[in-house]
Amino acid sequence: MNFIDNIINLILFTPVVGVLILFFVRKGNHNLIKIIGLVFSTIAFIFSVYLFLKFDSNNPDMQFIYKLVWIESLNISYFIGVDGISLLLVLLTTFLTPLALLSSWDSIQKSIRNYTIMMLLLEFGMIGVFVSLDMFLFYVFWEAMLIPMYFIIGIWGGENRIYAAIKFFIYTMFGSLLMLVAIIWLGYFASTLPGGKFTTDLLELYKISPMIPAAIQGWMFLAFTLSFAIKVPIFPFHTWLPDAHVEAPTAGSVILAGILLKMGTYGLVRFSIPLFPAAALEYLPYIAALGLVGIIYGALVSMVQTDIKKLVAYSSVSHLGFVVLGLFALTQEGVQGGIIQMINHGLSTGALFIIVGMLYDRRHTRLISEYGGIAKVMPVFASMFMIVSLSSIGLPGLNGFVGEFLILLGAFKSDFLNSHVYSILAATGVVLAAVYILWMFKRVVFGRITNPKNQELKDVSYREIFVLVPILIFILWIGIYPSTFLSKSEKSTKQLIERIENYRSGKFNINVR
Amino acid sequence: MYDYIGIVVLLPFFGFIINGLLGSKIKSEKIIGTIGSATVGIAFLLASGIFLQMLSIPTENRSQIVKLFTWLQTGNFSVDFAYQVDQLSIVMTLVVTGVGFLIHVYAIGYMHGDRGFFRFFAYLNLFIFMMLNLVLADNFLLMFLGWEGVGLCSYLLIGFWYEKNFEKGTTNDAAMKAFVVNRIGDFGFLIAMFLIFVNFGSLRFESVFPRAMAFTIGDTAIFWIALLLFVAATGKSAQIPLYVWLPDAMAGPTPVSALIHAATMVTAGVYVVARASIFFALSPSVMMIVAIIGAFTAIMAASIGLVQNGIKKVLAYSTISQLGYMFLALGVGAFAAGIFHVVTHAFFKALLFLGAGAVIHAMHEEEDIQKMGGLKEHLPITYKTFFIAALAISGIPPLSGFFSKDEILWKVFSAGYIPLWIIAALGAVLTAFYMFRLTILTFDGTPRWDRSRLHPHEAPKVMTIPLIILAFLSVVGGFIGIPHTLGGNNEIEKFLEPIFERSNIILTKATPNTTAEYLLMLFSIAIAVAGILLARYYYLKRADAIERVKEKYSKIYNILWNKYYVDEIYDAVIVKPTVKGSEKLLWKVIDVSLIDGAVNGIAKLIGIVSSYLRKIQVGLTQSYAIYFVAGIIIILAILIFQ
Repeated sequence: MNFIDNIINLILFTPVVGVLILFFVRKGNHNLIKIIGLVFSTIAFIFSVYLFLKFDSNNPDMQFIYKLVWIESLNISYFIGVDGISLLLVLLTTFLTPLALLSSWDSIQKSIRNYTIMMLLLEFGMIGVFVSLDMFLFYVFWEAMLIPMYFIIGIWGGENRIYAAIKFFIYTMFGSLLMLVAIIWLGYFASTLPGGKFTTDLLELYKISPMIPAAIQGWMFLAFTLSFAIKVPIFPFHTWLPDAHVEAPTAGSVILAGILLKMGTYGLVRFSIPLFPAAALEYLPYIAALGLVGIIYGALVSMVQTDIKKLVAYSSVSHLGFVVLGLFALTQEGVQGGIIQMINHGLSTGALFIIVGMLYDRRHTRLISEYGGIAKVMPVFASMFMIVSLSSIGLPGLNGFVGEFLILLGAFKSDFLNSHVYSILAATGVVLAAVYILWMFKRVVFGRITNPKNQELKDVSYREIFVLVPILIFILWIGIYPSTFLSKSEKSTKQLIERIENYRSGKFNINVR
Repeated sequence: MYDYIGIVVLLPFFGFIINGLLGSKIKSEKIIGTIGSATVGIAFLLASGIFLQMLSIPTENRSQIVKLFTWLQTGNFSVDFAYQVDQLSIVMTLVVTGVGFLIHVYAIGYMHGDRGFFRFFAYLNLFIFMMLNLVLADNFLLMFLGWEGVGLCSYLLIGFWYEKNFEKGTTNDAAMKAFVVNRIGDFGFLIAMFLIFVNFGSLRFESVFPRAMAFTIGDTAIFWIALLLFVAATGKSAQIPLYVWLPDAMAGPTPVSALIHAATMVTAGVYVVARASIFFALSPSVMMIVAIIGAFTAIMAASIGLVQNGIKKVLAYSTISQLGYMFLALGVGAFAAGIFHVVTHAFFKALLFLGAGAVIHAMHEEEDIQKMGGLKEHLPITYKTFFIAALAISGIPPLSGFFSKDEILWKVFSAGYIPLWIIAALGAVLTAFYMFRLTILTFDGTPRWDRSRLHPHEAPKVMTIPLIILAFLSVVGGFIGIPHTLGGNNEIEKFLEPIFERSNIILTKATPNTTAEYLLMLFSIAIAVAGILLARYYYLKRADAIERVKEKYSKIYNILWNKYYVDEIYDAVIVKPTVKGSEKLLWKVIDVSLIDGAVNGIAKLIGIVSSYLRKIQVGLTQSYAIYFVAGIIIILAILIFQ
C-alpha cells in the first residue's frame, strides 16, 4: 500500500478503526475507552497534518485523489480527494475532535463507550463530507453524520434534549431531501447529453453543469442551497441552532458549531456556486442580503440573551453571516476571507463552548446572572476566556480579524454585489460583536463575586489548559501569520473565481436553451 | 540605526510576555517593575539613536521602511508588518517611549502593593507595543492593528480594578463604554480603508499618498476617506460626538490616565489626520468640519471642566479640550502645529495626571477637590511641579504650552477663521481658569479634610523624580517650536516639513504679518493671566463669591454639572431602544413567535393531519377491501369518462 496515495483513506478510516476496537473493550473500562477515543482521533489529526504538509499549494485542483468503483451501473464511485478548501476543513475537523473528547473527559457520565463511538463516527462522517468527490458519496456522508449527532444531543444532552434533537434532525433532513432530488436530476441530465451516461462524479459534473438550461439551474441551485442554508444556518432557517446548542453536551456544541455548520458553507462553495454559476449570479444579491441580515440580527438577538450558550449560538448566526457574505462576494479576498473565517469560527466558537462547558461543569448553570467576579477566583481561566472573546470580536492580531477584514474588503470591492452597502452595513456587526461579547464577559468575569457559590470555584485544571492552549496557539497564529493557511486555499479559490468570471464573460456560455 | 526599529517595537512586547506569563511566579515588584520600565527605557534610547542619525542625514533620505514579514496576502491584496521611520513617526515614537518610560517608573511606586502588580505592567508594556505599531506602521492595516490594540489596552486598564465601583456602575462599565464607543469610530476607519484600497489598490502609505495628488480638490472618494478617518479620530481622540468615554476612563489607575488617556493614545486621532493630511488637504469641506468640531469640543469640554469636582475628571475634560485645539490646528491646515501641541501636551498633561495621582495617594483615594485644600505644605514637590504644569497649559511664556497653543491660535487667526479664533481664545481663558481653580482648591487655602484621620505626605522618589523630569520638559519643551517672530526657528515645523510637503502645496498659505502676530501673542498672554487671576480672586480671596455666582446662574451651573446631559441623551435615544428592540421585537416576536412558531406549527399540522389519516389504517381486512374496490371503481370511472 502506497502511504501517500492513501493518506485521505487513512484519515477517514482511523476513527472507524477506533470504533471497531471499542466494540471489544469492556463497557465499564472508562479510562481505556476515553484514551482509545483520544488516541485514534489524534492519529487522524497527525495524518491530516501530514496531508497539509504534503499538499501542493500551487495546484488548484483536487489532490491525493482515490477512486474505487462502487455502483457500476449508475457510474457511482467511492471517489475522494482534497483541494485547498477542503484541506483546511479536514484539518479543522481532526484538530477539534480530540479536543472535544478531552473537554468532555469528566462531564460525560453515562454510557461512555457509546458516547465515544458516536463521537468517532461523527468525525468519520464529517471528514467524509469534506473529501467526497462523488455527489452520491457526499450525500451518504451528509446524511450519515446526522445520526451520531442526533444521538449525542438526544442521549447526552440537557433537559429538553429530545425536542432539540428531533428539531435538529427534521430541519436538516427536510433540506437534504431536496438536495437528493437535485443530485439525481444532475446525474440524469448527464445521461441526456450526447454520448453521456448517468454520473454523480463531481469533476465530471463541473464540466457539464454550465450547460444546464438557466431556468433549471435556478431550481437546482435553490434545492442545494436550501439544504446548505439550513445547515449554516442562514437567516431565517436558524431557529434549530439555539435549541440544539443549549441542549447538546459541551463536546456536541463544539463539534456542532466548530465543524457541522461549516458543512453548510462548504456546500455553498463546493456545489451551489461552481455547479450553477448562472443561478448563483442571479440569486447572489438575495443570499448576500440574507447573510447580512444574519450578521446584524444574530448580533442583536445575541446581545439580549440570558443564557451564555444561547448567546454564543446566536453569535454563530452573526459570524456565519459574514462567511456567507464573503463567499457570495465572489472576489478573491471575499472567498478567501470566507474560508479562513470558517476556520476562525471553528476555533473561537469551539473554544467559547469549551469555556462555557468549564463553567457549567463547576456550577451546573448557564445563566449569565448566576456568575460575576469569576476573575478573582479563576484568573487563568479569565485570561484564556478573554483571548477567545477578543478573537470572536475580531481584534486585529487575532484570527477573527483576518477573516472579517478580508470578507468586508472583498464584499466592498465586489463587482457582483455591485454595492458598498453590503459591506458598510455588515461592518456594523463588528461594532455589535464588541457589545454582546464584552457585555457578557463583564457580567460573568468582572465585578465583585455576588453569588457565594462562586466563592470557591477552582481555576482551570491542567487538562483544561491542555484543551484550550492548542486553540489559543492557532488563534494567534492565524492572526499574525495567516499566510500558512491562506496560501493553501489561494489557488483553489482563484480557480473558483475565474470559473464564475469566465461564465459571466460568456466563455462558458454554451447554453442549450 | 534604522534597522533597530524592530527591536524598539518588540522590546515592550517581550516585557509583556515575560511579565504576563511569569509575573505571578516572579512576585518581586522590583523585578517586574524593572522589566516593565527597562524595556520601554531601552526602546527610548534606541529611538533616540535613530533620531540622532536621522538628523545627520540629508532630508530626502530620512524616511525609510523596515520590513519584518508579510502579514496578509491574498489576490491583489498584500500588507506587511513593516515600519516606516520618518520625521513624524520618530517624533511620536520618542514621545511614546520617553513619556511612557517616566510613567512606568512612576507606576512602580504608585502600584506598590497592588494584587495585580504584574498584570498592570504587562498591560502597560502591551500598550506601548501597540502604540508603537500605530505610529510606526507603513500601512493603514498595521496602523489599525495598533489602533485597536491600544483600545484593548485602554479597556483592560480602565477596568483594571475589576471589583471597584465607579460612579453608577463598576470600572468595567467604563471600560466597556470606552471600547464600544471606540469601535464606532473604528467602523469609520474600516470603511475608509476599503475606500482607499478600492481607489488606490494598496494600503501602503508610500503607494497611496503620492498617487492622491492625482485627485482633484473636492473629489467625492477622497471626501469620504477623509471624513471617515476623522470619524475614527473622534472616537480615539475623544471629540464630539464620541468623546463620552474619556471622562469615564478615569476609572482606571492614575498612571493609565496619564499615559493612555492624556499623553499618548488619545492623540492617535491627531496623528492619523496628520499622517493622512493629503486626503484632508484635498477635501476643504472635511477640513472645515475638523476645525469646527475641534473648536466646539475645546470650548464645550473646558466649560464642563469649570464646575467638576473630581481632580481627575477636571483633567479629563481638560484633555478633551486640548485635543480639540489640536484638531482645530489640523482643520486650518496647521498640521505641524497640531503635532507640536501633541508633544507639549504630552509633557504637561502627563505631569498633571501624575501629580493628581500623588495627591490621590496621599489622600487615601480621595478624588474630590472640595475635600482637599492646603496640600502644598505636605506635598511640596508635587505642588511645585503641578503648578508649573498648570502655568504651561494655561499658556504662560516661556513655558511649553505657550508656544504650541499660541502657534495654533495664530494659525487659526491668520487663516481667516475669526469666529473659530474667538471660540478658541475664549476656551483659553476657561482653561487658565479651571486649571487654577483646580490647583487652588487642591493645594491652597485651608484644609477641608479630617486632620486627625489623614496625614498626607510626599510621594516616594520613584514617583517624584518622574514629576521633576516632566516639569523640566514642560518648561523647556516649547523651545523646539519658537516662532520666527520671537527670533526662533520653529525647528519642529521645519523638521516635519517634508511630511506635509504635498498637503502644503495644495493648501494656500497665509502671508505672515509680524505685527499682528505680536499683538495676538500679547493678547493670548493677557487672557491667560486674566483667567488665572480670576480663579485666584474667586477661589482664594472671595470663596463666598463663587457660591453666589453658582446660585445666580444655577440653570447654567446645572447643565455644566450634568455635562450637558449627553450621556443621558445617548442612553435614551440609542442604547435603551436597541436593547429593548432586540429583546422584545427581534428575539421574542420574530425568532420565537414567528419563525419558530411557523416551524412548530407545521410540525403540529402534520401531526394533526396524520392523526386523521391514521384512522384509515385500522387493520381490518374488510375495510381495506372496501377501499380497494372503491379505488378500482374510481380509476375505471376516470378511464371511461375522460
